[in-house]
Amino acid sequence: MDLLRFSTAGSVDDGKSTLIGRLLYDTKSIFEDQLEAVEDASTRRGEGYVNLALLTDGLRAEREQNITIDVAYRYFATPRRKFIIADTPGHIQYTRNMVTGASTAELAIILIDARNGVLTQSKRHGFLSSLLGIPHILVAINKMDLVDWSEERYEEIAAEYTSFAEKLGVDDLSFIPISALLGDNVVEPSENMPWYNGSTLLHHLEHVNVGAHRNLVDFRFPVQYVLRPDQDYRGYAGRISSGSIRPGEEILVLPSRKSTTVASVDTFEGAVDEGIAGDSVAIATTDELDISRGDMIVRPLNLPTADTEIDATICWTSEQPMEPNTQYWLRQTTRETKAFINRIVYRIDVDTLHRDEVKQFELNDIGRVHITTAQPIFFDRYQLNRETGSFILIDPHTNNTVAAGMIRGAVRTVEDLPEEKTDEELRPVSPDVVWEAWNIDLPVRESRTGHKAAVIWFTGLSGSGKSSIARALERKLFDGGAQTMLLDGDQVRHGINGDLGFSPDDRTENIRRIGELSALFFRSGSIVLCTFVSPFRADRERARGLVPEGRFVEVFVDTPLEECERRDVKGLYARARKGEIAHMTGVSSPYEAPENPEIRLETVGRDVDDVVSELMVRLRDLGVVR
Amino acid sequence: MTQEHSHLRHLESESIFVMREVAAQFERPVLLFSGGKDSILMVHLARKAFWPARFPFLLVHIDTGHNFPETLEFRDRLVEETGAKLHVGYVQDSIDAGRVKEEEGPNPSRNGLQTVTLLDTLAELKADVALGGGRRDEEKARAKERFFSHRDRFGQWDPKNQRPELWNLFNGRRNPGEHFRAFPLSNWTEMDVWQYIAGEGIEMPSLYFSHRRNVVERDGVLLAQSEFNRLLAGEAWEERTIRFRTIGDATCTGATESAAASLEDIIAEVAAARQTERGGRSDDKRSEAAMEDRKKQGYF
Repeated sequence: MDLLRFSTAGSVDDGKSTLIGRLLYDTKSIFEDQLEAVEDASTRRGEGYVNLALLTDGLRAEREQNITIDVAYRYFATPRRKFIIADTPGHIQYTRNMVTGASTAELAIILIDARNGVLTQSKRHGFLSSLLGIPHILVAINKMDLVDWSEERYEEIAAEYTSFAEKLGVDDLSFIPISALLGDNVVEPSENMPWYNGSTLLHHLEHVNVGAHRNLVDFRFPVQYVLRPDQDYRGYAGRISSGSIRPGEEILVLPSRKSTTVASVDTFEGAVDEGIAGDSVAIATTDELDISRGDMIVRPLNLPTADTEIDATICWTSEQPMEPNTQYWLRQTTRETKAFINRIVYRIDVDTLHRDEVKQFELNDIGRVHITTAQPIFFDRYQLNRETGSFILIDPHTNNTVAAGMIRGAVRTVEDLPEEKTDEELRPVSPDVVWEAWNIDLPVRESRTGHKAAVIWFTGLSGSGKSSIARALERKLFDGGAQTMLLDGDQVRHGINGDLGFSPDDRTENIRRIGELSALFFRSGSIVLCTFVSPFRADRERARGLVPEGRFVEVFVDTPLEECERRDVKGLYARARKGEIAHMTGVSSPYEAPENPEIRLETVGRDVDDVVSELMVRLRDLGVVR
Repeated sequence: MTQEHSHLRHLESESIFVMREVAAQFERPVLLFSGGKDSILMVHLARKAFWPARFPFLLVHIDTGHNFPETLEFRDRLVEETGAKLHVGYVQDSIDAGRVKEEEGPNPSRNGLQTVTLLDTLAELKADVALGGGRRDEEKARAKERFFSHRDRFGQWDPKNQRPELWNLFNGRRNPGEHFRAFPLSNWTEMDVWQYIAGEGIEMPSLYFSHRRNVVERDGVLLAQSEFNRLLAGEAWEERTIRFRTIGDATCTGATESAAASLEDIIAEVAAARQTERGGRSDDKRSEAAMEDRKKQGYF
């Protein structure tokens, strides 16, 4: 059984508390005595129905005013999964509570009253969810019973919200029409909406992919506490923020930059073979180093950014407005340092997404700032690593938490830019890593494989036939003795790019990494076949630039959209047309066809063998294969 | 991390993280030990969090004097086994010192009086944080509780004005005289606790398992026979097969009729339960906001 944390935002009017009450009730997570207490209270308050909202509004003031003030956490479980709900209020004056609830959530439920459609509030929830990096957004279009279960109304709202969400770069956006009051499509499928054949809300919650956004690549271990029971043992206790670590691996300690080796990864049950993101462990090292709380243990070739100038988006959480020259405490991972806000770049109007120029932030304001810290902090971009990219600011006088921050990067000015660099040096590079020549030259490798290395890059719409063609081609080359490697979207999105979604930014990053990956395989002497929609010309051009001229073959699988949609192998087009998938290339996201591909293939009415034969001829002409 | 269930592994790791934060951010932490399953679990997790070192928390038991003897025996054995230090604050001392007045009437409970003894004890020990086994699923006021919960100089909780708690960044900064309550088990449910206890093989007091005992049914609550619970007119003790779902002050902790004799039985019973575990506690039944009111005053 795994665990899903999700947030719900909304007010009683949207039916949020009713929905949660319904989920708890239908999964048998409410007990008789709780239900009786609610029934009694509803009667005392003169309400003609059992007010399920009374179950969740825990504070007296909340029950009296019929509103949710603070974040409340609710728990339920089904045989598949345990759920933690962060139930947050929806009004603008509670933005900080929404941000709090969203900070640990992997999915957000946004409730829309079908009668009212997309309101400012629904957009705000979407914006805050995407800002806090929640990978899955589920829009529950509620009170369908009050719009005569109208499919048309549902489609209308879904389309409007989809077009709004495109601006946010939401990875995974889904819609479900429900009636929380009557239970339709919450746990049981609705008999009133036969036109809807998607999941129920609970089914969606049970099956959404959890942990997909977790960073399993970059090892980061903020030291929390030093364990020293006696002279013989010294262990650095902490929870692995991201990545993984094994005994014997080389590590580097920040800020001292001293390196050593992991002697053991210890737990109460004994030393373990591997510690992974989320595990609380203690790391013992082979050398005695001076390591204390606030230090970070990383790998020497995978470093976080270390800087004192931070570019961040913050949410102001205090009644007391921001003071420009106040020194705050900044707490990030287990590290704490003095900091001040150097510059307000802009404030975002969370309802219109406009950027305003302001002198200070007040309660619930959100915007971009530059912060200077007294000591360097070790961070990654929040988008790539929630654990090392987040921080809070603490008022030194009241000790209150006055701001929550998400790091965008280090502040960079024109002076920081390098003057002239070679291509190799200009590629994004981890700090403090210098380029070294390859150990074994490519021609030497090629003399062993007996063929030239190349990158064959298949681009085209989803369903155009890229994968089928590439798989058949690889089989043919491999059987002929060639050293080959095929990179396919479904594989890389599972591992190396598992942290990425489908927003334009993430798609660019996806292709950037694949380009780098194929360049590495290329250097090993392989013929690398890449099959990716890769809709943006600039992204493909960058991949081309990573290998020597003449070794990159762009193959445009030119199948018209109508034909791809007719095939719809994965059912993606149907879902996209329903508004269930944002950023579907060809439907709601553009495809920039290659202008001068090395090879253009037509597939309509042809079988795979026929196309592959043509391709082999063309590759021979280009001198890629013999 | 012997647990197979990944949600339990996650909860364990989170609790250990919180305990280590407490140890790192505070000078004089204490762990409130009631003898119930949650505090036994807390001790178990504390041992794991600091292994192979000893956990740096003083155990504090607030003793109402209305104990089940099994609780004290179990407590003393656990203290001996873990090598921990124990401090006991007696409600009787607060009564003798005139700090509190014993309730009158047919069903006197010392539950409310504990708060004064607790705050006095924390002050005496100069404790700046008290770790508790409270869980958010127990009661709706607790659902709003933070992992690190700030208390003012009077030990009071201001639920409408709590520090926001984001990500895993806990703010334990405080002014002199203020203290914190820390709740590492916040995200556990009763079911999680029992599943974990079964998985880890943690020993539990016999009170949690089915046994025969003299009880009286009053206002829907089964109260056990003891020197502290007196019969009202028309009542009589009767022997039933019961167990306790929570263990607290003997005057207000109700038993449930149950044949659950093993951890597996208890898990099956919890899964089928139609009453919350606190449903057996008469202290919560006093009003809709009974828990919130007590918590504001400084209750556990």
